[in-house]
Parts: sequence; structure tokens; C-alpha cells
Amino acid sequence: MRRTLQISGGRVIDPANRLDSITDVFVVGSKIAGVGMPPEGFKTRHVIDARGKVVCPGFVDLAARLREPGLEHKGTIASETYAAATAGITTLCVPPDTNPVIDAPPEVALIRRLAKRTGHAWVVSLGALTRGLDGELLSDMGILKDAGVVGVSNALRPVKSTMVMRRAMEYAATFKLPIHAYALEPWLSERGSVHEGVVSTRLGLPGIPEAAETTEIARLLTLAEHTGCRVHFCRLTTRRGVRMIARAKADGLRVSADVAAHQLHLTETDVDGFNAYAHVLPPLRTTHDRDGLREGVADGTISSICSDHQPHEADAKLRPFMQTEPGISGLDTLLPLTLSLVDAGVLNMSQAISRLTAGPAQVMGTGVGTLEAGAVADIAVFDPDMAWRLTPETIASRGLNTPFMGWELRGRVCHTIHEGRVVFSRLGWETE
Amino acid sequence: MNLQLDEQGRLRHFLDIAGLPRDVLVSIMDTAEKFSGVTEQSVKKVPLLRGKTVVNVFFENSTRTRTTFELAAKRLSADVLNLNIGTSSASKGETLLDTLANLQAMHSDMFVVRHADSGTAEFIARHVAPHIAVINAGDGRHAHPTQAMLDMFTIRRHKGADFGRLRVAIVGDIMHSRVARSQIHALNTLLTGEVRVIAPRTLLPANVREALGVHVFHNIEEGLRDVDVIITLRLQHERMSGALLPSEHEYFQYWGLTDERVALAAPDAIVMHPGPINRGVEMASAVADGAQSVILEQVTNGIAVRMAVIAMSMHTSGGEGAP
Repeated sequence: MRRTLQISGGRVIDPANRLDSITDVFVVGSKIAGVGMPPEGFKTRHVIDARGKVVCPGFVDLAARLREPGLEHKGTIASETYAAATAGITTLCVPPDTNPVIDAPPEVALIRRLAKRTGHAWVVSLGALTRGLDGELLSDMGILKDAGVVGVSNALRPVKSTMVMRRAMEYAATFKLPIHAYALEPWLSERGSVHEGVVSTRLGLPGIPEAAETTEIARLLTLAEHTGCRVHFCRLTTRRGVRMIARAKADGLRVSADVAAHQLHLTETDVDGFNAYAHVLPPLRTTHDRDGLREGVADGTISSICSDHQPHEADAKLRPFMQTEPGISGLDTLLPLTLSLVDAGVLNMSQAISRLTAGPAQVMGTGVGTLEAGAVADIAVFDPDMAWRLTPETIASRGLNTPFMGWELRGRVCHTIHEGRVVFSRLGWETE
Repeated sequence: MNLQLDEQGRLRHFLDIAGLPRDVLVSIMDTAEKFSGVTEQSVKKVPLLRGKTVVNVFFENSTRTRTTFELAAKRLSADVLNLNIGTSSASKGETLLDTLANLQAMHSDMFVVRHADSGTAEFIARHVAPHIAVINAGDGRHAHPTQAMLDMFTIRRHKGADFGRLRVAIVGDIMHSRVARSQIHALNTLLTGEVRVIAPRTLLPANVREALGVHVFHNIEEGLRDVDVIITLRLQHERMSGALLPSEHEYFQYWGLTDERVALAAPDAIVMHPGPINRGVEMASAVADGAQSVILEQVTNGIAVRMAVIAMSMHTSGGEGAP
């Protein structure tokens, strides 16, 4: 008989199927065989006792830079997908700004092959929107789609010409490829490194105004309406931006949005004292904006919370602030930072899980993020109450660059199942 | 934890006016007052820092600041090394921390640092060996604390120690100015009655009122009314290409300091400028050379103030050894 697994007695939360109850999940081979009732003839080979735990689809992360190919000194697909597994993440979407850029099938295939070899998680790619991300010439989007990319993006590189952006969106729409776009108007954000406001003024750092986000959202929404291209807005940072997207959705436009988990907790004041660990792009903004983002996550305008994982070597942050490389190592903190919104009364548990599973899965359009019978068995089992401290020893990612270092966090993954196999079990939570 | 002070509240590094208590600023001025006696003697030297090595590490060009720091250190009898690093080490791929580690290996006691990036002085202070003191000689748009203190010293000499009675106006490019930021912090720490900034909106940083604690004026005639001190800032030529201003001609028309505008201030108002001046851009020659100008005094005072800061952060109080 094939490999089987029974996860018993947990609180099973599957937002895609509006499920939230204490029950069992049955896995046969690499697929979910059923929830609640075992399939006919099911023989238990392997049991995970999930009493007191939450059982949900494996998390889907819309933005994680795994640093391979090109920047292996910061992290590799092997090291970072392992870190993902320890954090319950079973699907990772990588932006195209690797080196070389993901603008041709060999890069897509390479990433897929490396991920398959380590086997900790699915790794899917976004293709480049423009050739080499130069912002001027269209990439081979049709070929990229056939190679398996789930969308196209120019990552953080600017597309200054609105005509190029228009053509790129028209062409992407031809292949029904969604565009994943950062909302950073190139001219207004050029050279900026922090939010333009009280802190940038005090520290004398060049700022990125709120208008850099809202102007770009306006440009892209107008073009989305004109071209019919589906747009996914990456890493929103402003309350006004969230409101613009809510209005566009109400008007029937096919748009979606995500937010980086750190944006729901930190603000511009975390940069005070030139704290390079709080140097991120797009930048941390005001408390008013952070609360606006939280509201957007709660009302569903923002369907996905992502790690925006960007591991760095120590030297990348050991420079004067403006020369440090932006980004936070975020895989390890994705779940606890999301769960703390449940503690804060911003989200209920089912909404929180939805923003990590069904929401991002829908953006990607792949059949993950669900416990439906027949779906691939990607499952996370976590203890929502377990407290732990983030330290260099407890971080699984190779990147130790995080402003949350030393924080007391709640919510710890016990088991991660990927394609029906237990790819991670935390010590002390042995399976039978 | 205040990086700039030790457990006894004495100066350890001098990086930024923000974060320093009022009594430290007052004691810098008091110490400078004692040293200004030295600089006016015919033998302009005290043996306070004999055997100590001060390294001027300038990653950005400077004449005035570097030379006055050099003079200040020499008058304290320290050995002085001037390094204009510019882009040379950086272009060879050496990191900032490696450059400093090398200087540290030469047994330096103090780094006087200027760098084009905000936050560099603080970054260096966090990473040098504990016996080395760091003095910020200007970092990006962030801070230029010795310039601010020599300006406070100059104001105190003319207007007395009670800043609460004073109205001070700073005119010009506040946005890009580390001098203005440090001056505003110093004026507010010294409890100045009113601090005003006067500039077009393009030269004011975001949330300036809230972030720095100033009154904002766009009209120079309104802003200068009844002030006791007028500080004019240098206008860089590159502001025109950044679409921040239309022309120097128009800038002078609306924000240039003229005799007529100075006359709107208090009759005994003083006029200051951190130099170098663009005559006919931010200030008319008649004002720069006029009776109310104290611009050259600022330069002279810069030596005594820098002597005070160097001596204090090497923990050799100006009291002993000073005349």
C-alpha cells in the first residue's frame, strides 16, 4: 500500500473551503485523501497527534528571494527552502531579479531543478517583464509562460516610460499573464532610502514620498483598465494606496495586493539611530499607514501577507545607512508576525490563515493553498500559543538580518508536510 | 544608551547635537571661551594633548573645516594627520571599516570624520576601538555639530547667555543642510525663544515644523521681522538642475539678504553665514561686509570651539592645563 498519513485531533483551518473544526486530515501518497472521514480502505501507517495545534494548508509566500542563482553567499535554494520548511511555507514565489535575471527558460528550469533536488518546497518563478529588467524592451513573455512562470514583474527596477509599461501590459494580457508590480513611481523614488517624513528630515536621509506609491498605483490602475491586464500590487506601504486599490476592486477591476509582514509591525521610527536592519524597499512608513495596511488586510483589500524574504551576509548591513542593502530575512517570522495580528484583534485565525494560503494561492493561480481532497498534500501543523525568542540560534535562514532579533514571538511550526512527505518536524514533536 | 556620553555624562564622541543635554552644550562654550584666550596669545599653544594623534579623515572635500580642525588639534599640541580619502580607497574596493581599521592600527586617538552619507559618523563611532573618540565634521545632510556650536558660541558672545530672549531666523536651503539641522537642534536645546526657517517650499524638508521644531516662513520680509540673529545658508549651484529653483537671479530676488531686508530685523541683529558665501546669490556683498556681519568672527571662533570639543572628548578637561 502507498504511504499514508493521518493528522489527528487538530483544529483544521482551510479558508479555501470555509473549514474550521477539530478533525482529522488524511493523506495518501502525495495527495490529500480527505478531511474528517478517512477514505475507503485507509490504513494508517503514520500519525501526527495534532491536538492543541492548528492544521492548515502549507503557507504560500508570494515574495522570497532565495539568492540563487547569483548571490549564493547570501543564501541558496537549499538553505532557504529548508528555512521555509521550518516555517511551514511550502510554496515560494521568487522575483526575477536574480543574476542572471529570470528572462529566459534556462533560468526558470534551473530554479525548478534546484528546488526539486532539495525537495523542501515548491519554488515558482516570476519572469522578467522587460529584457534583463532594463525597463525598455519586452521580454519573451510567451516563452516564459510556457516555461512555467506564474507572472511577470520588473521587480524593483523602474519602467520609466509609460508607453513601455502600456505595451508590456498589453502583451502580458495577450498571454493572460498577471503583472506583479511594485508601486514605486521611478522619478519620485529615485535615490530615496526611507519614508519622506519626520524621520527622514531628522536624519537627513533622502526620502521616498507617499506620492511615489499613490502616483504609481494611479498609473497602473489606469493602464490596467485600458489594457485589461491583471495587476497584482506588491508590498503596499500606504493607507492611501490601500484605499485606491479598494476603490478599484469595487469598480470591478481585476487587481490584487499583498503586504510584507514587517510592514504590519514596523514604522519609520524603527529607522531612528540609522538602524540598517530597518532599511527596506519600499520603505517603512507612518503609524497611520501601518494601521491602514492592517485594515486593508482585515477587510481583504490585501489578500496576501508575504515574507518579502531578503537574506543578506553580515557585511551588507555594516556600512553607512544609505550604502547598506535593503531587505529583511523574513521566512522565520512570517507566521508569528501574522499570528500576532490575531492576538491584537485585527484578524481572526481563519482570516490570518487565509492571507497565508488561499489569498496568495489565488494570486499565483496554482492549485496549492487548500486541503481539498485530491489537492497536493502541502500542510502546516503549528502551535499557535508556543512562545519563542528570535535569536541567531533560532533563525533557520542563512540571513540573520532582521530588526525583530531578540523579539518574543508566538506561534511555532511543529510539522511541515510537502507532497505528502513530512519535510520538517520540530524536536520534541516526534511523530509516531 | 547615549553613544556620545560616558557613564559620568562626559563627552565621549561628538556626533550630533540631538541627544546632548543643555549643560554639555554650555560647557563646550565655556571651555571654548577659555581656549579663545590661547588663540589670541602670541604663543598659541597649550600642552594638553602632547603625544596624542588626531586623524582628520575626510571622505569629502573641505578647506575651512579641515584647516580649523587641524589648527585646533595643533594648538592642543597633538600630532595631526590629514587624510583626504575621497574616492581613492573606496575605488580600490576597500570598505569603510577596513580603512578605519588600518588607521586604528596606527595608534590614533581620535578620528575627525567627514563623509557624504548621513549617519556615517555614528556608524564609525559604533565600530571603532573603545579608546578612540570620533568627532563628526559633517555627515551627509544629517549633522555638522561643531559648526553649530561655533555659531552658538558666536551668538552667545554677542547676545549673552540667555537664549530665551532671542529670535533666530535661518534663511535658505534647509533641506540639504546639515548645518541647519545641527543649528536648529542646538538653538532648541539652548531654549531659544523662537527659531524660524525661511525658504521656498522646495528647499524645506518634509514635516519640518514637527520634525525639527521651527516656525516656517516662505516670505523673507515677514520672517526677518524683529529677529536678533540672521543665519544665511549657502545655496549650491546644483539646486537649479534638480528643479528645486528656477535661477539664482530669482532666488536672490525673493530670498537674498539685502540691507533693506536686514533693516527689518532688530537694530542690533547680527548676520551669520557658515561659508563659503555666494555673493549676490544668498547675500549681497554690502551685507556680508557690513557692520552687522560676524562671518569672519565665526571662522575665528571655530578654532576655539573645536579645541574645546577635541579636548573634552579626549577626557582632558579644559580646566587643568588651560591658562
